[in-house]
Amino acid sequence: MSLLEIRNLDVRHGLLQAVRDLSLSVEKGETVALVGANGAGKTTLLRTVAGAHMPAGGSVVFNGIDITTVPAYRRVGLGIALVPEGRRLFGQMSVEENLVLARSAGRRGDWTVEHVLDAFPNLKPRRHAKAGNLSGGEQQATAIGRALMTNPDVLILDEVSLGLSPLAVDRVYASLQSLIGGGTTIILVEQDLRRAMRVADRIVCMLEGRIVLEGKRGEISREQVSEAYFGLGSDKGRVHA
Amino acid sequence: MMIWVNQIVQGILLGGYYAVIACGLSFMFSVMRIINLAHGSLAIVAAFGLYVLADQFGFDPFGALIVVLPAMAVIGWVLQRTILERSQRGGMLVPILSTFGLSIVIDNLLFEHFGADTRSLAPYIDELSWDSWQLTDDIAIGKLAAITFVTAVVILGGLQLFLTRTQLGRAIRATAEDPDTVGLIGINARRVNAAAAAIAMLTVGIAGAFLGMRATFDPYAGGPQLIFAFEAAVIGGAGSLWGTLIGGIVLGVAQSIGAQINPQGFLITGHVVFLVVLLARLHVDQIGTRFRKTVRRSA
Amino acid sequence: MSLDQTIRIERWTPLSRAAILIAALVLVLLAAGPLLFSNNAVDKLTTLFIYVMLAVCWNALAGYGGLVSVGQQAFFGLGAYAAVRLADAGLSVYPALVIAAVLVAIVSLPISAFMLRLKGGEFAIGMWVVAALCHLLVNLDSLVQGETGTSLIALNAYEADTRHALTYWVALGSMTAILAILFALLRSRVGSAIQAIRDNEEAAASVGVRVMSTKRIIFVFAAFGAALAGALWLATAITFQPKTYFGVQWTAYMIFMVLVGGLGTFEGAILGAVIFFVIEAWFGASGVWYLVGLGATALVFALFLPRGLWGWLERRYDLALLPLGYRVTIGGQPPSRERTPQGGPAAPAPTGNAG
Repeated sequence: MSLLEIRNLDVRHGLLQAVRDLSLSVEKGETVALVGANGAGKTTLLRTVAGAHMPAGGSVVFNGIDITTVPAYRRVGLGIALVPEGRRLFGQMSVEENLVLARSAGRRGDWTVEHVLDAFPNLKPRRHAKAGNLSGGEQQATAIGRALMTNPDVLILDEVSLGLSPLAVDRVYASLQSLIGGGTTIILVEQDLRRAMRVADRIVCMLEGRIVLEGKRGEISREQVSEAYFGLGSDKGRVHA
Repeated sequence: MMIWVNQIVQGILLGGYYAVIACGLSFMFSVMRIINLAHGSLAIVAAFGLYVLADQFGFDPFGALIVVLPAMAVIGWVLQRTILERSQRGGMLVPILSTFGLSIVIDNLLFEHFGADTRSLAPYIDELSWDSWQLTDDIAIGKLAAITFVTAVVILGGLQLFLTRTQLGRAIRATAEDPDTVGLIGINARRVNAAAAAIAMLTVGIAGAFLGMRATFDPYAGGPQLIFAFEAAVIGGAGSLWGTLIGGIVLGVAQSIGAQINPQGFLITGHVVFLVVLLARLHVDQIGTRFRKTVRRSA
Repeated sequence: MSLDQTIRIERWTPLSRAAILIAALVLVLLAAGPLLFSNNAVDKLTTLFIYVMLAVCWNALAGYGGLVSVGQQAFFGLGAYAAVRLADAGLSVYPALVIAAVLVAIVSLPISAFMLRLKGGEFAIGMWVVAALCHLLVNLDSLVQGETGTSLIALNAYEADTRHALTYWVALGSMTAILAILFALLRSRVGSAIQAIRDNEEAAASVGVRVMSTKRIIFVFAAFGAALAGALWLATAITFQPKTYFGVQWTAYMIFMVLVGGLGTFEGAILGAVIFFVIEAWFGASGVWYLVGLGATALVFALFLPRGLWGWLERRYDLALLPLGYRVTIGGQPPSRERTPQGGPAAPAPTGNAG
């Protein structure tokens, strides 16, 4: 049984269909990279999985439990954590306060404030700084840390590289390395195809709300993904092992 | 000369009361972005509650708070979950309209039940209502006024500590900043807002108690109390906790000095000072914006 | 939909032409009122006209301007007060009523200078403070004698019948003038501007709308209307007790009328005034329960039906009696009323109604 099962998901923004009849499974321990152009529906899909958005049809099953209508704050308690697009930190509160807040999820686990600061050492000197005053990279680290503090079973990262310098992105991914290697289930959105293919076990490409290409690392080429990204390739469909 | 000093002292003490009634309004505004127009009326509800407990059951007003304060907290919780939550979704105008409608309902239900007579809790606290420490011939500090002032400081300090040191307090601050994102870290925004409303109503209950003890009240006294709370909150800077104490003091001093000039002056001076501070603050904002623009241009 | 079909932007529709015609007829008929009805009925109708003025003006401020004021009683009271003072100074009564309103409108200009910088709830209560202050200041006037009040004695110079008739006609004329001015304002640039400001002030400013002066026009208009209503109320009641005129219950009435009738719709405010008038006629004597009912109704409407009865009617039947909006007609096809599940006009329909 997959950890996360998305079946025939339909999500709308008002009258606009953002996700169409989408089905996807994520296994425990996998790292899945979600790629696609802006407006493909990636953020909407992730927000729906996290509970920040309600689907119009279809279902989301996590650990065997149907969570389609479960509100976001309860999904965190079940083990889903989303690092939202744009970080969405509480700017008036300090880094430490942002981290400590996540204890509200009430989940036990390895992640504590100290562990998070060890994983992101650039935050150590900024512990008491207001989150709004941090640099982009520091904010991203804090946002990831905050999600980690809920001790999630699946960590969802929406556009971590958005607005960050290449150096900062490298640093973020370096910190993520231990997570990625360590068996946490991760779904991440990444615009940089090269990085996505380096880091992920499986690539899923979305276009206009649908999955147009899906395959394990090593089985599909970057060219195939690029073509699917722009909707050009004849090779549409899911490539399985 | 000393009479003026005494008036200032009285004004400062009065500021303590204004801080108590204003902090709930300010708190609710910071957290939920709602100005509750039924705020004053709810304080009167608490005052009447204490009155009934004292008059019919012989409870001492301070002791009766054990009953009234939890009741106020429950009222706050219910208010948030029924009216305020819905109003927030309706847009900018709805909270003002709905809470105003609520205040009319509350005021008139109180009138229906209690009639037009003014009541007071003073008879039930005996000497406390008039006892004072005589500092000099002209300056006296009322014991009740002093207790009120100290309570104000304790409440404000307590709220400050609560917001910075407790998990619920942090959750309230986070929900105030970004209600959509708090769900993503496991915080139930609806419950947090209801808790905040309950806390605001606790302070309203305390304010109602002090109002009843130091003065008289009637079913329609809610409106004026709302105005005082609003003026104190705005003078001190809406959204700042300690600002409400400063605002309350400024208002109290203005009113007391005005009363010395002319019996009608009490209320008039208060309103005028409020409008002047408002005007000054808006001008300062304007000057600030213009200053920043010139700095940017020359940079 | 090909591009060479003609696209027309219309303001008048056959329905709105009919509506305006009927409205004009009604007004003409009403003018004959004092000749047909008893003094009592004439008096009641005068009250109705005053309610319409109050509702329409409060709606202009809140529904179109997005500025909820809990203090319009300031101008209501000031209008009556100014009329008392002018009559006392020797001015003829009926002209004094109108001049009083104009004076109050002028006074509202400096008030608008700082009140308009406030938003939302701050503006609402701020106006209440202004009303409280005006009440206190008026009480200081020795002519008024504090809460004891005074009377518009000059009215006693007229015979009862004449007095009722004259007051009626001035009230009818005032109401018509207020409606006409607001109608003209809403059809003009100011109308589009104020609604743009209500919907999104920053966006409006970014397309060149002059936010402050537009708000000011609506504010002064609303003040003028409320003041005129106050002066007319004085003419019907004859006595002036500050507490009655400056009381916040007037705002409660205005909010009830506009919420129940239809916030942000011209016809709705009038409907609300009529409903309020009827309810007051039936229940007004019930004392406190009447007020509880008003407050509770306003509360319920605010929460569940904020666009009021007229707003609900408009949406349900795609009704637009007055030519205040714009209709886009493409290819000369008549407006169709297809609806999507959400209840708005269907995207591919050839015409749409905006505004």
